[in-house]
Amino acid sequence: MASVSSPPLEAPPPSGTARGAGPRFARMRGRRGREAAAGLLFAAPAVAVFAVFMFWPLIRVVWLSFQQTRGFGIAKWVGLGNYQDILADTVFWRALLNTALYTAVSVPLCLVAGLAAALLLNRAMPGRGLFRAVFYLPAVISGVSSAIIAAWMFNEDLGVVNKVLEPLGLGPVHWQSEGMPAMLSLVAVGLWIGLGFNMVVYLAALQGIPRHVYEAARCDGASWWQTLRSITIPSLGPTTFFLVVIGVINSFQVFDIVYVMTGGGPGNATTMLVTYAYSTGFEQRQQGYASAIGVVLYLIVLAMTLLQWRVNKRRDVA
Amino acid sequence: MNAHERRAVRLRVALAVTGTLAMLFPVYWMVVTALSSPAELQQSALRLWPSSINWANFSGPWGKFPYADWFVNSVVIAVLAVVLTVVVNLMAGYAFAKLRFPGRNVLFLLIISTLMVPVQVVMVPQFHLVVDFGLLGSDWGVILPRLAEAFGLFMARQFMMAVPDELLEAAQVDGSAQWRTFTRVVLPLCRPLIAVLVIFTFMWRWNEFAWPLIVLKEPESYTLQVGLLFLKNQYGQDYGALMAMSLVSMIPMLVVFTLFQRHFVEGMARSGIK
Repeated sequence: MASVSSPPLEAPPPSGTARGAGPRFARMRGRRGREAAAGLLFAAPAVAVFAVFMFWPLIRVVWLSFQQTRGFGIAKWVGLGNYQDILADTVFWRALLNTALYTAVSVPLCLVAGLAAALLLNRAMPGRGLFRAVFYLPAVISGVSSAIIAAWMFNEDLGVVNKVLEPLGLGPVHWQSEGMPAMLSLVAVGLWIGLGFNMVVYLAALQGIPRHVYEAARCDGASWWQTLRSITIPSLGPTTFFLVVIGVINSFQVFDIVYVMTGGGPGNATTMLVTYAYSTGFEQRQQGYASAIGVVLYLIVLAMTLLQWRVNKRRDVA
Repeated sequence: MNAHERRAVRLRVALAVTGTLAMLFPVYWMVVTALSSPAELQQSALRLWPSSINWANFSGPWGKFPYADWFVNSVVIAVLAVVLTVVVNLMAGYAFAKLRFPGRNVLFLLIISTLMVPVQVVMVPQFHLVVDFGLLGSDWGVILPRLAEAFGLFMARQFMMAVPDELLEAAQVDGSAQWRTFTRVVLPLCRPLIAVLVIFTFMWRWNEFAWPLIVLKEPESYTLQVGLLFLKNQYGQDYGALMAMSLVSMIPMLVVFTLFQRHFVEGMARSGIK
């Protein structure tokens, strides 16, 4: 009744706290019950979509990974058969190696470039906001568009990259017909896309380092390089850790640019875990096998995240 | 500012300009390619601007492919997904931040732990669900599974933790029901959060590729991203037309980015992602 008659609330000032504190305790139980009911109701839509579209599929994918399916036909229970096949599957190992290689090169590259951009654009300078926006811009362009422009720029015969490299005596590079150059071109696109996010997160973290620390270092006559090594980089430790975790998770999922730009080729030189899972599951329609690859992918990501966590903890303690 | 500092600033601006040119070059090259005639693109000499502007790349594929349909599909999917995701995340964010209910912590941890699950892990079972629900090939088949977005929920909860309890308690004592407290007190304080959620959700859904590629079957039902791949396979080497269509597909995202650039660049950091 009261709720109906009370006037529409403007956000009241904090001084409203004390009002009615007494009766509140008396009604605690009823209020708690109502609060719990409200909490469940407010959380219900999220819990429902997560239950149906995330938790259930996570259970189901394990189940499916024990089955053999061809097309939409009847599934056959094969136990650990898919996993045994994975162990003997040279394409899978190639995809795992490629994904690891891509991650090992592109994550540190994005970190260093992102930090460099953040340091460059941290202090006041003309046009700083614009520069920051431009560095971040590729992150809002879709993976498909990025891959299409990159495929054209890295075109072996007519692409602008070779047109620039050839007069310098550095080309033509076989970006499309040789494995290593194809992988390099993917790393370049990944850097172009990922640099901005790393920069933004580093910029936020740089704000958190107290000014007086730098001033003290300058009074002691520390050089720019010394300050960077002994103050800035150590202070950014937790941020770097966060970016490494996110970067590893993301690059283990790299799909759009690979699928559109190289299609995993030439041969299987740029086939990644996820493009392989996609092609087995949705092109060859072996969904049980694709599920097993998915489970393996999840275990790898989980293991690496836990490992990074352990390493980070130990470093903090030391 | 002494001479030394001025030189340092000039050096940094020079570096920033170099970086900017490098970052912008691919976009510039897209524009150049889209405005070039097919004959010009086949030449082996390097030209930084087409000798004559050629608009046929824009008009040609527009008539030949259901490009307008793709555009509409992308808009419908992105807008519906944004509205639903943001509502679900805001409600859950409030519950997990401010209301005590049984199972709260366990549920929150379970949801947050899915941040670590690559979406491709659950691709196959999600596809089965979409088939079972009869949503294969429909917009809803694209939208619904992506409502389970832990990142937005996490942002919403972090933001709402910072809303002072006193404000909520004052509202409660006045007899305001939870829903009213939520809509009248909490939401007005959450404008920056809502902006960030809307912008990022729009970007993710607009740019999404793998999932619509799996769910949408008929060319008329494609989104722009899937349509671009279709064009790429159809056109092969006609990069002029491909770049033109790709540029058009980027326009909504570029407009949103230009308008809300500050939110993009600062939103991540401000929302407690550190």
